[in-house]
Amino acid sequence: MTAFPNTRPNAHPTHLRPDLRAIADLVESGTRVLDLGCGDGALLEYLVKEKKVKGRGIEISEQGVLACVRRGLSVRQGNLQEGLADYPDASFDWVILSQTLVFLNDPAMVLQEMLRVGRQAIVSFSNWGHWRCRLELLFSGRIPVASDLPQQWFEVPRRQPFTVTDFARFCTQIGIQIDQQTYLDSGRRVRTGPFKNLLSTTAVFTLRKA
Amino acid sequence: MVTDSVGNVETQFYTFAEDEPFCLESGASISPVVVAYETYGRLNADRSNAILICHALSGSAHAAGYVDGDPDKVGWWDDCIGPEKAFDTERFFVICSNVLGSCYGSTGPLNLDPLTGKPYALHFPVVTIGDMVRAQAKLLDHLGVDTLLCIAGGSMGGMQVLEWAAHHPKRVRSAVPIATTAQHSPMLIAFSEVGRQAIYADPFWNQGDYYDQPRKPDAGLAVARMVGHITYLSEESMHLKFGRRLQDMEKYGYEFQTEFEIESYLKYNGLKFTRRFDANSYLYVTKAMDYFDLTQPTGSLAASFAASTHIKFLAVSFTSDWLYPSYHSKKLVSALTAAGADVTYLDVRSTWGHDAFLLEVATMTHLLSSFLDRLVREDAIAAPDGYTPRPPRANDSGSKTQLAKLAETLA
Repeated sequence: MTAFPNTRPNAHPTHLRPDLRAIADLVESGTRVLDLGCGDGALLEYLVKEKKVKGRGIEISEQGVLACVRRGLSVRQGNLQEGLADYPDASFDWVILSQTLVFLNDPAMVLQEMLRVGRQAIVSFSNWGHWRCRLELLFSGRIPVASDLPQQWFEVPRRQPFTVTDFARFCTQIGIQIDQQTYLDSGRRVRTGPFKNLLSTTAVFTLRKA
Repeated sequence: MVTDSVGNVETQFYTFAEDEPFCLESGASISPVVVAYETYGRLNADRSNAILICHALSGSAHAAGYVDGDPDKVGWWDDCIGPEKAFDTERFFVICSNVLGSCYGSTGPLNLDPLTGKPYALHFPVVTIGDMVRAQAKLLDHLGVDTLLCIAGGSMGGMQVLEWAAHHPKRVRSAVPIATTAQHSPMLIAFSEVGRQAIYADPFWNQGDYYDQPRKPDAGLAVARMVGHITYLSEESMHLKFGRRLQDMEKYGYEFQTEFEIESYLKYNGLKFTRRFDANSYLYVTKAMDYFDLTQPTGSLAASFAASTHIKFLAVSFTSDWLYPSYHSKKLVSALTAAGADVTYLDVRSTWGHDAFLLEVATMTHLLSSFLDRLVREDAIAAPDGYTPRPPRANDSGSKTQLAKLAETLA
């Protein structure tokens, strides 16, 4: 018999992880939202209940899909590439990709697909340009582990670290414009001034086609 | 585990098309038509809590509870239909009917042809999944159910679910196709044909004319069923269930008697099937499945669901099902997504092959009850008059782990 994770509908959906909360704050009420790699559905449930969005999710793991169904969400099992291809152009106002960019084989393709099926996209990712990561590499000589993604380099699925600056340049190259920018340091929103790459552990961006 | 039953039930019969014949997709017609059905639970005040359950190839209207006062004569999906089960009969009005062409009370080849006074046999017209569903629609009219809260079924039952969603979308709020396909594949047609050939090859089949004969084409029907059973298992489940174990023997006998457990299992099930199913019905029902193809007439599956975008779908497949492999369901989910419908989909990890849809009770219960809870919430579906929710169970998995943890902490 399958053991189900304890995923009763969240009694206090306002208790969201800070990076998810930062994403949720960007989404307007009543919009159409697709959450890619929606995991156990915590963010999507919050958006459906609190912001009355029309929410859809794509999730690869059986455990995640079962948890989402228990929360009463509409979720498809599948990988992002397959999942996105089925949606007609501009089916959503927002397509969300939280903490998943770092695991993608072909980020350009996924980002462009996100901006095909959605009018705008939201991405969140860990920033390896943070000063602690830089010092760790300098002084210990080891690849740093991001504070909100505690995973070693050899763990599966493999991840490809990058920084806020890397991502900004990449977006320019592939014709994507970064609009709103939220920066967090270990879960707290920070004012970084010009030192975005140095002072943030996590970035949350809204994107549109340039 | 939930053990509640709807208790003793009685199969009922609805007769229609007595004056005007019931026209079939083939152009032929039948008059009159009888549909055997069972219902469990009660309709609510605005008749919005009805659920139709569709059975597979050899199923019947007897889906839950038991008949003839015999607790051993249990319905085929009793695990999921009953008080507090996935299809909660305290909250929902659940209907299951026998398909046209079958041999469990709905009109089929073994019934009397009013023109000749003899059984129809091969004079019974070939029916389709579409015809079966239109007969179910007549039954719903009779029961005063205009719109179904949900329609669910596995295998051929899933084909009926999809037929309802594609061709009678206004009467469906949600659809649960399980371990099924929108287009019967060449491999599925091939297996159907092997089963039919086994029946044709039996001399007692006699061109379908055997109802007044002392012997029936049992050998042919048994082989057909044996082939079927192989396709319902997976290689892994055969390894687990039977391995190479011998039946009542220590060593090989070097002869052609039944030696391996798997042989004995197939023979037993083949024989058992001949006592409950009609060979001609097997021909008709498998033929109906072979014709099933929702990509027609346009060639696009998405186009067939263009008017079904209001329906909430829950599609389920099983990783080890090689008869209706997961890619059939994935194609369906892609088409429904492209059409703009709301689809939830899961490919459940299971070793049970096609049979998994009846055996993975815990996962199916989780999916179905959560999905139905969502429908009830979103569409504000009322319970029948006098319904009082039971207090939450003390032994469900969540509180059990919590209790275990508490016990650990205290100890």
